[in-house]
Amino acid sequence: MAHIVIIGNGIAGITCARHVRKQGGDQITVISGETEHFFSRTALMYIYMGHMKYEHTKPYEDWFWEKNKIDLVFDFVTGIETGAKSLQLKSGKKIKYDKLVLATGSQPNKFGWPGQDLPGVQGLYSYQDLETLEKNTGNCKRAVIVGGGLIGIELAEMLASRKIPVTFLVREKSFWDLVLPAEESAMINRHIVEHHIDLRLDTELKEIKAGPDGKASAIITSTGEEIPCQVVGLTAGVHANIDLAKSFGVETKRGILVDDHLQTNLPDVYAIGDCAELRNPLPHRKAIEQVWYTGRMMGETLALTLTDKPTRYVPGIWFNSAKFLDIEYQTYGSVPAIASEGVDSFWWEHAAGKKGIRINFDQATGTVLGMNAMGIRQRHEVWDGWIRQKTKVDRVINELEKANFDPEFFDTCEQEIRAAFSTQFPYFEIEKKRKKKLFGIF
Amino acid sequence: MRAIQLTGLALFILGFGLFLASFFMADYKISRSDFDKVVAHEGKTQGILTFTPEIVDTEYSTNFGFVGTIQKGINTYNRQQMMLFALKESEINLLISELGPPPYTFSLEMLNYIYPKINTSTIFKRRKMEEYGNWLEGRKYDSREALKKDLMSVANTINDYGIISEVGIDRYKARDIRYEATKLASHGPIKSSPGLFLALCYLLPIIGAMMYLLPKNKLDGPAGIKNNGIFHSALKNKGWLGIMLGSFLIVFYIILYFFPEYMTEWIIMVDPVSQLLKNSDASRFFLYGFIYTLCILVMGVRMFIKYRHSKYQIMRTISVMFFQTAFAFLIPEILLRLNQPYFDFKNIWPLDYDFFFDNELNQLISSGSLGIFMLGWGIALIIIAVPVFVYFFGKRWYCSWVCGCGGLAETLGDPFRQLSDKSLKAWKIERWMIHAVLAFSVVMTGGVLYTYWSGNSWLGVIDSYTLREVYGVYIGAGFAGVVGTGFYPLMGNRVWCRFGCPLAAYLGIVQRFKSRFRITTNGGQCISCGNCSTYCEMGIDVRWYAQRGQNIVRSSCVGCGVCSSVCPRGVLNLENRDEEGRFGQPILIGNDSIKVEA
Repeated sequence: MAHIVIIGNGIAGITCARHVRKQGGDQITVISGETEHFFSRTALMYIYMGHMKYEHTKPYEDWFWEKNKIDLVFDFVTGIETGAKSLQLKSGKKIKYDKLVLATGSQPNKFGWPGQDLPGVQGLYSYQDLETLEKNTGNCKRAVIVGGGLIGIELAEMLASRKIPVTFLVREKSFWDLVLPAEESAMINRHIVEHHIDLRLDTELKEIKAGPDGKASAIITSTGEEIPCQVVGLTAGVHANIDLAKSFGVETKRGILVDDHLQTNLPDVYAIGDCAELRNPLPHRKAIEQVWYTGRMMGETLALTLTDKPTRYVPGIWFNSAKFLDIEYQTYGSVPAIASEGVDSFWWEHAAGKKGIRINFDQATGTVLGMNAMGIRQRHEVWDGWIRQKTKVDRVINELEKANFDPEFFDTCEQEIRAAFSTQFPYFEIEKKRKKKLFGIF
Repeated sequence: MRAIQLTGLALFILGFGLFLASFFMADYKISRSDFDKVVAHEGKTQGILTFTPEIVDTEYSTNFGFVGTIQKGINTYNRQQMMLFALKESEINLLISELGPPPYTFSLEMLNYIYPKINTSTIFKRRKMEEYGNWLEGRKYDSREALKKDLMSVANTINDYGIISEVGIDRYKARDIRYEATKLASHGPIKSSPGLFLALCYLLPIIGAMMYLLPKNKLDGPAGIKNNGIFHSALKNKGWLGIMLGSFLIVFYIILYFFPEYMTEWIIMVDPVSQLLKNSDASRFFLYGFIYTLCILVMGVRMFIKYRHSKYQIMRTISVMFFQTAFAFLIPEILLRLNQPYFDFKNIWPLDYDFFFDNELNQLISSGSLGIFMLGWGIALIIIAVPVFVYFFGKRWYCSWVCGCGGLAETLGDPFRQLSDKSLKAWKIERWMIHAVLAFSVVMTGGVLYTYWSGNSWLGVIDSYTLREVYGVYIGAGFAGVVGTGFYPLMGNRVWCRFGCPLAAYLGIVQRFKSRFRITTNGGQCISCGNCSTYCEMGIDVRWYAQRGQNIVRSSCVGCGVCSSVCPRGVLNLENRDEEGRFGQPILIGNDSIKVEA
């Protein structure tokens, strides 16, 4: 019976612990200095917005851990001796391990802006960040958010929900356009403005100025404009949290380098989740993928390796999702911001401008490569199958109803989508189709 | 916009405040002839008024004073009747002392000694002893003590059950007298212009509510889930407002079910509506149905605005509004107007727990072909509609599309859905409680039907009339009403449906084992955020299933669809599909390293 110690109680670390327990009777310890229990980081925004309380974001009740013999230690790791296989904790305690898993997550990026460490300036990643935000926005007349990504738009939504005026600085020409193709990105731009958020595209932060009380009081943009504000949210992406790993000789680059089995250069030391950087990522996949789902999959996979069933980490077809204010987004397969050579990209957008579907397919063979859905829910299983089996785009378009995951009675768009596809790509044969069954039976 | 909302809020509070104040607005004075009408028994009226003449022709400024005086009169009268008619130990002792040597053989003739037929009291006592004690006739006893014991037990039974019900005022009659008398005695602004107060106490709050709700269409921003601030709210997160509202609802239900004589002003106010519908004055349950329907309609409009992005939510809200207004409120009243039995065509036993009561059955059977149709319809709902519709659609076809309790929970109760307890412990309690109530309702109904057919009300351990009364008071009124709605702001809007409703238990058993309905989870897209579990009014930990990629097949799920609505990643969907694969293995798509069984 080995003692497996996991540093970090996010989705990667906790999934790993749970799956090790499913495999057998190893001793499991999870250490976190952030919160005593696992909570869903993606739900932090909902606590601030009053949709939920902190306890609602805990996916397992507190008795779960003891029942499953997963020891939780609420502490920080300050040092590691790999020779003695021992961890030094901030409280002074030491913990011995047989196998060590680093699941230390990420940290918000800061790019050396003047004033970036002033009170009132913060990122949004941890539970502590949320507490800070609560304090900072107690008396806030305007907030500025710097960085147009997923956390940036979430923070904008959070502040707007408390009726705090928000200015949203986005470096790019359009929101998240490094990931989203132009039409999707434009749709979100419009939606942000619809929510009365002061969106500034193509604008960077130059400097944060302090007021007489030493707190942030204004920012200056790359266009030279000064915007008075009490809170500055820095949401220009995150980077792997590798400080601890670096301190004891684990090989790192942008993240903690791991092989196909998620092992670092040191024996019995592994890394998973946001902090891990794959030495040999699969083609079309990135070396660091900082999303919930890959953290979970790495945890599932590593649990097998740790319990003497060495298993390579092989993520399947890429998928992701987000919600931009009121517009849900799902993506399956490969849909880069700009379609590569030899790839055709079909885009349909609903007249109201809040729904859209993109399907990318290979020009030569017609096989589907990936899809984006905006404001329409799509069935993961169906798209995973279509992409995996290299299904032809005309068949996909003809059978699009199969992938519809919208609730009953919602307006269906498949007929319209098919018509648009026929117009854009007239050389495919597209059937005129039957209506969706009422209640699934008539 | 904001100004319109605030004005609306002010109007609502004004109207509601007036409604509360109207409780105290009347004076009470009843004439001798009206009191005669209420008691409907010359001798008893006389008896009550002999000791408490101040009941009639006296002005009372509060209903508490008036009701208290009536009750005092009834109590005094009852005590006096007990003195006159109760069988006494001294009388029994007298009988025993006159016995010769043992063994003793008892004969009813022996009663002549202590109860000669000389006055009303002894005649009454003699008759009661013969009714209750005929089993003693011819019995042999070895000792005086043994005979005395049996005689005393008969005497005590008579004293407890046989006197007040015949020569006094029992508690049912007393309740009717208090209520009827108070309603007749009331005079004041409401009695003289009920229409005006109807407008002020109902129309004003409705207009106010609309002025508050409709601007939300714009003020709340683009359509979408806007649960902002719910857990910061004093109303929706068990703050002072929530506790006050809960207390008000609880008190309202207790008055409605147990002390209707105090709500006569509220009932008088809706007399014009009742007159319009059925040509007769309102009863307390007319008032209740009226308020109930208004709540569903007004808060239904709120649902349209809140969930305007979701056609599923809009459709089922239209459905509950329709079934409440037409089936639960208007049709039964119109039936009364046409001299037909009061009948709610969508109410199903065992939620409709008195469907098989003798009085109900007799009424239906004696009401010609329509009555027989109603009887057949009610039975068909139980044995055909429930299993067939649940098979195709899940129990939601009833619980969140048709049912009145569900209708109120889904409209008035929607702001409180997040207060349900999601813990595993609560689930365990829920399963015990709801199935216990189901068993209770079946046993109670079985007993009632046994009595109906055999004429025998003794079930070996308990009397079927007692059984049905206990069910009516504790389950029908206490659980479904006081707790079921009163606890909306404290334990969520489905306390009754989740822990108590025997019909929900029956529907749930079918849904769990034989149905095409399930909530599907979408591949590997769940981020465990917890919105689904938080907003599940039935306290199902939806996330537990979603995060492991497992279909949600739970007997309690009423299919409100809110988990799907609040999911930020499009993970949950209510579906009716082939039964095959319904209980499939949990599967999270996306990881080719392993076949994940979560």
